[in-house]
Amino acid sequence: MIIEFELNGRLINTKIDPGKTLLEYLRSEELYSVKHGCDHGECGACSVLINDKAMNACLILMPMVEGKRVETIESFSDHKNLHDLQKLFLAEGAVQCGFCTPGMLAALEALKRENIEVSEENIRDSLNGNLCRCTGYVKPVEAALKSLSQMKNDGESS
Amino acid sequence: MKVIGRDTQRVDGLSLVRGKPVFADDMQIKDLLHVKILHSPVAHAEIINIDSSEAEALEGVIKVFTHRDFKPHYYTTAGQGYPEPSPRDTLILDTKVRYVGDRVAFVAAESLEIAEQALQKITVDYKELPVLFDAEDAMASDIMLHSSAGASGIHDATHNIAAHVEAELGDVDTAINSSRYVFEGTYSTPFVQMASIEPHISISWLDDHDRLVIRTSTQVPYHVRRIVAEVLDIPISRIRVIKPRIGGGFGGKQEILNEEIVAAVTLRTGRPARIEYTREEELYAARVRHPETLTIKLGFDEKHLLTAIDLNILENCGAYGPHALTVMSVTAQKALSMYKAPNIRVNGDGVYTNLPIGGAYRGYGAPQAFFPLESLMDEAANRLGIDPIDLRLKNVFKLKDDVPIARILGEGREGFPMVLYSNEIAACLNEGRKLSKWDSIRSAVKSGRFRRGLGVAIAGQGSGIPGIDMGSAFIKMNEDGSFNLQVGATDLGTGSDTALAQIAAEVLNVSVDKIIVYSSDTDLTPFDTGAYASSTTYISGGAVKKAAEACKSMILEQGKKLLQVKMAVISGTTVVSPDGKSISYKDICTKSFYTDEQTQIMGAASHLSYDSPPPYNATFAEVEVDTLTGVVRVIKVVSVTDAGQIINPKMAEGQVEGAVPQALGMALSEFMPFDDKGRFLNLDFNSYHIYTATDMPEIVVRFVDSTEPTGPYGAKAVAEIPINAPAPAVTNAIFNAVGVRIRNLPVQPGELLSKLTLQEYQDE
Repeated sequence: MIIEFELNGRLINTKIDPGKTLLEYLRSEELYSVKHGCDHGECGACSVLINDKAMNACLILMPMVEGKRVETIESFSDHKNLHDLQKLFLAEGAVQCGFCTPGMLAALEALKRENIEVSEENIRDSLNGNLCRCTGYVKPVEAALKSLSQMKNDGESS
Repeated sequence: MKVIGRDTQRVDGLSLVRGKPVFADDMQIKDLLHVKILHSPVAHAEIINIDSSEAEALEGVIKVFTHRDFKPHYYTTAGQGYPEPSPRDTLILDTKVRYVGDRVAFVAAESLEIAEQALQKITVDYKELPVLFDAEDAMASDIMLHSSAGASGIHDATHNIAAHVEAELGDVDTAINSSRYVFEGTYSTPFVQMASIEPHISISWLDDHDRLVIRTSTQVPYHVRRIVAEVLDIPISRIRVIKPRIGGGFGGKQEILNEEIVAAVTLRTGRPARIEYTREEELYAARVRHPETLTIKLGFDEKHLLTAIDLNILENCGAYGPHALTVMSVTAQKALSMYKAPNIRVNGDGVYTNLPIGGAYRGYGAPQAFFPLESLMDEAANRLGIDPIDLRLKNVFKLKDDVPIARILGEGREGFPMVLYSNEIAACLNEGRKLSKWDSIRSAVKSGRFRRGLGVAIAGQGSGIPGIDMGSAFIKMNEDGSFNLQVGATDLGTGSDTALAQIAAEVLNVSVDKIIVYSSDTDLTPFDTGAYASSTTYISGGAVKKAAEACKSMILEQGKKLLQVKMAVISGTTVVSPDGKSISYKDICTKSFYTDEQTQIMGAASHLSYDSPPPYNATFAEVEVDTLTGVVRVIKVVSVTDAGQIINPKMAEGQVEGAVPQALGMALSEFMPFDDKGRFLNLDFNSYHIYTATDMPEIVVRFVDSTEPTGPYGAKAVAEIPINAPAPAVTNAIFNAVGVRIRNLPVQPGELLSKLTLQEYQDE
């Protein structure tokens, strides 16, 4: 079948195998930030944004993205500029092995777009689907708290 | 110091936050074959026949490999130095299967789907054999799990004993008999999963020179090269192992898990091959922490000083013996290196059973040591009526002490003398006492449904394996004053590339961004035993420091030649002579490349240590016990560590912050139940529950001031130490909260509840 959807700002019109998952598709398109950790929607390493919500790409079959807007971490930065969350993940030491990092960034970006009160509790809730065995979530939560409160302050002052 | 002890951005950080294709699987390869393993559905059986004809007839199946395709060659999957201290009890494919998950055959096919279909079409006739799940039963049984004459290094195959340790100093029996107080307890530690989020993944191909390249998620590239060469009988010179970025290992990747399989496929077919474990395979057919049952006896005199420690270890190795001897040796050595007792004894057996295979997991036997030791110390303090911190302070080894067990018990062989040139365990305990609000929380009245308690435990580890672990480094200078640092040391996500760059930068008086690190490629980087045993900062860091110093001396010598002076010094990044002549790093290297006294400025060095200075940790856990359900929630953990001089504070904190939830998982949330056929039941992350962001307690991390004179810039190890003490700190906190002793991990709410009920019944 042929489907149409937006991927990292580009319109994609392509023939797909309806049995393929979005995870398989994205990795076959060399969008390798989307990681394969469990295939069951449990580890969150394949989290991507679909219409601003963080979703596990391993649980999404390709026909489900018809007409949707899909974003991966590859779209968060260009060769010169980093996303604020990426900057703070670096500055706060929130990256260890880095395998779950793109998924965490997707989850946090989705939280940011929800435009709700930033709190540690909200951040932890939004990261609850992203398993990390390295960091204990301590520095990722600190980085997110800094980044999201910064954005909020910036938003209020402008 | 300008670089050491300061935070610096990780050298691989930018690529990781951008999601760049830096992991093993992040590449596309033409003509790739997909490999899948047929795992045994039964715990113990002889393979009478394998019929793969139907599978091989499937379009897209290239070959089904069975035991008939390989000459029997026994090896160990443990990624350790050579000769390996683990028994050689494994064949690439055997005619026997010994646990649910064991290899039966493997398929190479054009796609993953076809490979999976082919697995369904292989017919295997199993003659099922009696099963042994319990280590004690296995020792007494007539059934031999490893009876082949070809296997070697098994301690006592007749009694299924893979490995054995025993040691005694002094006279423990006499000392115990004449002790004023004696305490004894039997404890058990569970199967635990390493659970790195990146599964095991290996890809192999033949390069332009027909050499075998293996790109794999490993902690031990050199051991992979050596073992693959041996098992497949090809020269080491024909193999290149590349370690890209690794998505966590924690010991699980200190194993030759699947590298020899893809290598065999590539060598037989000439085509690239890829194998990736599914999460389910990770959980039932990779490696686990060895469960141990430990009986420990402590004798004290009237002044509450230890007279004797007697330790018995029964280690369940599972179906094969990788790390069986060395994990148990670490349990023994660490349990007997914490407290000064004039009489000590250990007796331990590592026993084969028909359960998953024990491997290396962060702490490597030490968490198994400190759970019983620290539980019983707590019990002793309670029964003696003294503060558990005070009892520990009274009995711990102190600065300059000689730790006698280290000499007789190394990792799988005799050890080396150990004198403590740095030891701040007392400072760790005192700092933690304050930060945890010890005195007020401990003595608070415990009542109501939810009861809070605070517990403490302490631990030590090592910094590399003395006399065995060797690292090496090569540094070359570039004409802009930057340096390439090439190390065999294996960054598996810990940040060791960054720590090593900091050490080189400190020596060479440059900023970290002037050090370009390339780690772990057997063609391009010098030898290193690998990332295990908390060795990278201490051992590989020692090699980097020496290599950088050699490079720096060469810069100075070149500078003197170019300035035509006899005396000069390096000041910053300039060589300066007493008469005021000077030349910059850049000019020295540029001239040395192109115009004057031409040479490549470089340094290379190796490092081995006969010392393995223990880092120390005191962990304080505050818990809340729900007396209605038996559920325990951890509220706060204070973890105070002596890791010597800290190289990078944020990275060091990260090691502690990551180790604590792994330990809490072992204590409270990670269950490995088996059915009566030996099948592991929790086959996904929903049922095998590792700590999530919302499970986390507050974690307070501190490092005390400490300098280890034998370490690079005073550093000791930090990666493993913080995982040892949290579990006993939690169970000691449970005792403080509700007066119940938990001796078996993980804590079962049902068991806790029934003990509580019994206690209340007895009180009435």
